[in-house]
Amino acid sequence: MTTSDVTGERYNLALVGVPNSGKTSLFNALTGSRQKVANYAGVTVERKSGGFVTPAGRQVTLLDLPGTYSLRGRSPDEIITRDVVLGKRAGEMPPDLVLCIADATNLRLTLRLILELKRTGRPLLMVLNMFDIAKRRGITIDVDAMSAALGIPVITSIAVKKGGADALRARTDEFAGHLPGPTAATEWVPTSIADLKAYQREADRIIRETVTMPTRPDSLTTRVDAVVLHPVGGLVILATILFVMFQAVFSWAAPLMELLSDSFGALGALVAQVLPEGLLQSFLQNGLIAGVGSVLVFLPQIIIIFLFILLLEDFGYMARAAFLMDRIMGGAGLHGRAFIPLLSSFACAIPGIMATRVIDNRRDRLTTILIAPLMTCSARIPVYTLIIAAFIPATDVWGWINLQGLVMFGLYVIGIASALAVSFVIKFFMLRDYQPAPFMLELPDYKLPRLKSIFIGVTTRAKMFLQRAGTTILSMMILIWFLASFPQPPAGAEGPAIDYSLAAMIGKALEPLFSAIGFNWQIVVALIPGMAAREVAVGALGTVYAIEGGKEAADAIGQALASKWSLATALSFLAWFVFAPQCASTLAVIRRETGGTKWMVITFVYMFALAYLASLITYKIAVAAGLG
Amino acid sequence: MRLGEAPRGFVGTIVALHQDAAGATSHELEQHLLEMGFTEGARVEILHQGAIRQDPIAVRVDNITIAVRRREAMAVLVK
Repeated sequence: MTTSDVTGERYNLALVGVPNSGKTSLFNALTGSRQKVANYAGVTVERKSGGFVTPAGRQVTLLDLPGTYSLRGRSPDEIITRDVVLGKRAGEMPPDLVLCIADATNLRLTLRLILELKRTGRPLLMVLNMFDIAKRRGITIDVDAMSAALGIPVITSIAVKKGGADALRARTDEFAGHLPGPTAATEWVPTSIADLKAYQREADRIIRETVTMPTRPDSLTTRVDAVVLHPVGGLVILATILFVMFQAVFSWAAPLMELLSDSFGALGALVAQVLPEGLLQSFLQNGLIAGVGSVLVFLPQIIIIFLFILLLEDFGYMARAAFLMDRIMGGAGLHGRAFIPLLSSFACAIPGIMATRVIDNRRDRLTTILIAPLMTCSARIPVYTLIIAAFIPATDVWGWINLQGLVMFGLYVIGIASALAVSFVIKFFMLRDYQPAPFMLELPDYKLPRLKSIFIGVTTRAKMFLQRAGTTILSMMILIWFLASFPQPPAGAEGPAIDYSLAAMIGKALEPLFSAIGFNWQIVVALIPGMAAREVAVGALGTVYAIEGGKEAADAIGQALASKWSLATALSFLAWFVFAPQCASTLAVIRRETGGTKWMVITFVYMFALAYLASLITYKIAVAAGLG
Repeated sequence: MRLGEAPRGFVGTIVALHQDAAGATSHELEQHLLEMGFTEGARVEILHQGAIRQDPIAVRVDNITIAVRRREAMAVLVK
């Protein structure tokens, strides 16, 4: 974990709780921005850790373990939680203290989990979270009696309030002072069905003795669910939410994107003024600023899409969406739980594929992984935006729907439809011997999203995007600039300089393969670095055309494309990117998650074939319609 | 009566988890159901159901709501 353990002053705390217990809010409140998201060694389970300093000056490391209902370890996520708590996970310090987070309004399953955890022998501390909501609903809890019945200390907390986190930090000091030494490896055996029943009986008894509940359930949740889970109305609402989300991605982000794009344009112009004409100027202006700038411009859209996903998750709507979609997706051979990973894939296929770990059935999980890259990820947004803005007029349909937004929505729909089709094919032709896996999901009470939590979540994702822009994308842009600039044209040569470059040679060599789908050699050049990250294709096109056409073209890649491409080529390009043989990082994640190259190769081949086929059909139809 | 056959609006109590209902994976299924709070004596109410073949169902189990397919709910005997 960290190297400062040598002083013995650093305490390791682990957060454990059932899903929806407010664990992540509490983690965010305790650690603030001091958190790190990484992976557990060898697996792609997200490892969230952070730190804080107690009033007495103790350094505390906090580990946010994946939510689980039991220590059974059904999915990779739950196995991590179990192994870390048991101190069996290599590379992780066994926690000095396990904080069990409990939603005070919903104690039944948490208390059973705590009874199960007690058997591991780790020091436990129960945190009654959302105590304020419980009070408001008329739930009274005798905290001391509960502590006595469970045999562990119990404290109350309100994760959202700043004071709540401060109080919890102060309490950590009290407990850290009298922690028993590291426990010896316990003889832990998996919980049997009889044990489970006994624990639940015990938990129910404790609840009866220490908690008084109001007779009526949360009326707000009941009322909202009557509408949101209505068999027909619910689906209409779900479709509306998704539609608004995609309109927002396209129209709300526009002013910010213009601002960013103008700033990068101005920066490029400034460089051109200050530096003498030559290689350095060309590298900074066309390679670095135009290339990286053209990708960074899409930050607002990525922020908006993650904002929507995180908000829906915090509201408690995601589980409802899975409920509504289970049967519909089941028709295509998908599990209802696949909905959340697939929705995350709209942001990026990598977290989406990682999120498939909530699906415990291997066949369901594999199908979801295979089709996740077909969900239109945010890296395709730059490509779509550029082409749509350049070729589709910004007129309104029926007075209020932006045509560009509508085309964007259409591209998303095509992605979803093909994902369902592919899943259907998999269901019928591969993996046939299969029993449908159970679908069981808690529908949590609705809660107002914690703004701070959302903010931290969005900034973490934005940071990851910027990091990518700073490393992968930057290096690809430098490579593209190099390929497009060397060798330099001979003195007195006619025509644009790029015609003499390595990029032109590669592009022209591969052009015959792609001419059938309307791609010119410039596009082919842009596709190659697009393998590293899809959005690079935009920057690469910018670089290719900037060097070919001079400064004016760099200011408006879109205009350059509109004048150089036919509509048929543009549509074919869009069709290509619906399937777009995906980025190298997605392929790497697939290999890691499926445990072999086989499925990675299958994914690449099938997506390449689909992309080529879709572009071919689009191009041929468009040309036949006179758009060539 | 099986929970999987109950109509929307049904209110009852869990009598037992029937192991044979779901075939080979019944042991695993029973454990899973138990973990989600489907224990003997728990009060259940079917709050909502899906559009296609009235599946899945949203079941109030004591004071939490669990979404479950009718197929798996067949393993839950209620009265």
